[in-house]
Amino acid sequence: MTDHSEIDKVTGTSTTGHEWDGIKELNTPLPRWWVWTFYATIFWSIGYWIVYPAWPLVSSYTTGMFNYSSRADVAVELANLAKIRGEKMVKLAATPLAEIEKDPAMLALARASGKAAFGDNCAPCHGTGGAGAKGYPNLNDDEWIWGGKPDQIEKTIQFGARSGHAKAHEGAMLAFGKDGVLKPAEIVTVANYVRSLSGLSTGAGYDAAAGKKLFADNCASCHGDAGKGNQEMGAPNLTDKIWLYGSDEASLVETITNGRAGVMPAWVGRLDPATIRALAVYVHSLGGGQ
Amino acid sequence: MTQGEAGLGALSAVSAFVFVFVAAKAADGAFAFHAALFAVFSLWACFAIFNRYFSRAAALPPQEINGRPNYNFGPIKFSAAIAMFWGIAGFLVGLIIALQLAFPVLNFDLPWISFGRLRPLHTSAVIFAFGGNVLIASSFYVVQKSCRVRLAGDLAPWFVVLGYNFFILIAGTGYLLGVTQGKEYAEPEWYADLWLTVVWVVYLLVFLITVIKRKEPHIFVANWFFLAFIVTIAVLHLGNNPGLPVSLLGSKSYIAWGGVQDAMFQWWYGHNAVGFFLTAGFLAIMYYFVPKRADRPIYSYRLSIIHFWALIFLYIWAGPHHLHYTALPDWAQTLGMTFSIMLWMPSWGGMINGLLTLSGAWDKLRTDPVLRMLVVSVAFYGMSTFEGPMMSIKVVNSLSHYTDWTIGHVHSGALGWVGFVSFGALYCLVPWLWNKKQLYSLKLVNWHFWISTLGIVLYISAMWVSGIMQGLMWRAYTALGFLEYSFIETVEAMHPFYVTRALGGALFLIGSLIMAYNLWMTVRVGEEEVASPVALQPAE
Repeated sequence: MTDHSEIDKVTGTSTTGHEWDGIKELNTPLPRWWVWTFYATIFWSIGYWIVYPAWPLVSSYTTGMFNYSSRADVAVELANLAKIRGEKMVKLAATPLAEIEKDPAMLALARASGKAAFGDNCAPCHGTGGAGAKGYPNLNDDEWIWGGKPDQIEKTIQFGARSGHAKAHEGAMLAFGKDGVLKPAEIVTVANYVRSLSGLSTGAGYDAAAGKKLFADNCASCHGDAGKGNQEMGAPNLTDKIWLYGSDEASLVETITNGRAGVMPAWVGRLDPATIRALAVYVHSLGGGQ
Repeated sequence: MTQGEAGLGALSAVSAFVFVFVAAKAADGAFAFHAALFAVFSLWACFAIFNRYFSRAAALPPQEINGRPNYNFGPIKFSAAIAMFWGIAGFLVGLIIALQLAFPVLNFDLPWISFGRLRPLHTSAVIFAFGGNVLIASSFYVVQKSCRVRLAGDLAPWFVVLGYNFFILIAGTGYLLGVTQGKEYAEPEWYADLWLTVVWVVYLLVFLITVIKRKEPHIFVANWFFLAFIVTIAVLHLGNNPGLPVSLLGSKSYIAWGGVQDAMFQWWYGHNAVGFFLTAGFLAIMYYFVPKRADRPIYSYRLSIIHFWALIFLYIWAGPHHLHYTALPDWAQTLGMTFSIMLWMPSWGGMINGLLTLSGAWDKLRTDPVLRMLVVSVAFYGMSTFEGPMMSIKVVNSLSHYTDWTIGHVHSGALGWVGFVSFGALYCLVPWLWNKKQLYSLKLVNWHFWISTLGIVLYISAMWVSGIMQGLMWRAYTALGFLEYSFIETVEAMHPFYVTRALGGALFLIGSLIMAYNLWMTVRVGEEEVASPVALQPAE
């Protein structure tokens, strides 16, 4: 290239004659495999442009040989899925819950559909296994705030609790302390009485008779004289040793003082009827169904 | 007093005054804080300029001393040292967010250190703060040495390094305070973007004028790559960031682009940040430091020309592969994918030129861990630039997209290529800049190399496995036609890999701490190079 070029002793290739800060360059030709592979990728790309949509034009684009579109692809995949699920899901939505549970094939379908829907919609609050958390009911046990029969579960899923939907379960635990119905000392007393209903220990100086009277006057209208609860009003059973917000005295005082009004969203309109039906079956099958 | 000193001094005095008012009138706390930082920075700059004027000799440093170029190393020393600092900070934040993903409790419910704010802090710290300072330091060094002239400008090089690092400070503190425009790798808000634009134009001018006044007939290959990097980053920054501030006294702005056009601009920018910041810039580093360290000529001049032009022409089209199977039209997806495939060989051209420069010097890998680091970085570059085109293929992408495979791919490039080539360059630069015979300890470099390599291997293999597993779990259907796994089950399944990834990141961080110690000791106790071929520097 220039007069300064020399032969590199190691490779036997000549240099270009340029030098910068001691760095020289060999005049090695392009590796053949490199050139051919580069060409191959270019030819492959040109082929791909011919087959698939590729180049923008003024107000359209080259559509390729087969009018490919990824939207059409999605439509095909969804249609395939509908084919796999078939008419069975349509039938599921139209079949009464009691009959679904009697038909093994339909039960399997409902549980599979329900499990998938549960994982992505219900698990964030109720946990992947439905074990719940503080404020979020455990779905594996026998305690059902709004009823544990399949149709009751389905109604809860459809409309939720205090969700704002017109058909939602309403009714909340009153704030006896905040609203001035009970004095702090009375709240501690009634909290201890509630603990005693489940056989839990009571605090020192606890007056059982006063607790019983306070309960009868304030709580029994919803939770029942014996504290067995009332699913019509969403009043939990207080005798079954299952606690949504904790059983220690401090938690109970907090509950009685400020009330509780946990929200379960309405799923009608967000999930299709077949999926809601499948979810009811799935939740019912988790172990605690009535 | 030079015109530059008078002008910049006066400008910073005025700006200090203006920003005090802006801080007082600011619409939000973060903007007030940043305006105050601008005021302090301006005031300090004003003071520094006049202080320098009164303490310097009457004449400015000469261009040449005894017929040899009087190289300007002061700003390079600053940039190299702060690169190491930002690197460690960025790796540390990366480790923290890796641990947060494995153990979410480590978010501590504090907004400032939540994953969402620390993640851009990590990416910006490693890419722009660490990588950016390595690029500025090495480009200012290489352009002087390979052009045999002193860096253009008197205050300008200092303006570039200090102004750039001030941008980093504004960006980073902004993330912690929740200031973001929500564009990945372009999170800083409008005022930080404007400031970076000013700094970047000065950077371009300093570099370009130095190249123009060169004493060599030809332009060295590294300088082509540096120039492509600087010019294209300017174009990308301007293309992706136009926005309308809600108020000139507030931090929030809205981007001019909307919908799929915004997405397209974002990934045109995002992918070419990879292509021109993390590839072209660091290839420039490779083209100088590998032949220099190996003491061998560059393998092929012809290959360097062809792969340079092919690389810069093809890279700019590849962005749409980030938007496969989205609202982006099919034709744009096709172009993104095919140009990514065509990019494979141009990328490998750089790898070939880096690796085969070693022919006749392979034995040095046994004795020189710095060269080994540089060569392994090129190998990682080759691996990532094969993996990238492969992942751009739509069917592969349908599995890999949105999974940790992408994170693994990015980190094989980031830790293996960008990290190691930067470490190699800093290991070379520090003794050269501080006029030392050699590094404090090659043994420590060796430790750094092996600990970090192990870290990278743990990191990327964990992400490959978890990413592919995640993709397969997402698409698994039961025989009845329902999703096999819920999303949360896929998250649970990734836990052990998240822990492994954090372990890999910890090793990488430990390696960088060893490096910082080694460089510090090199500067403190390293033996002076006596018969320096480089003209001695005036104190800066």
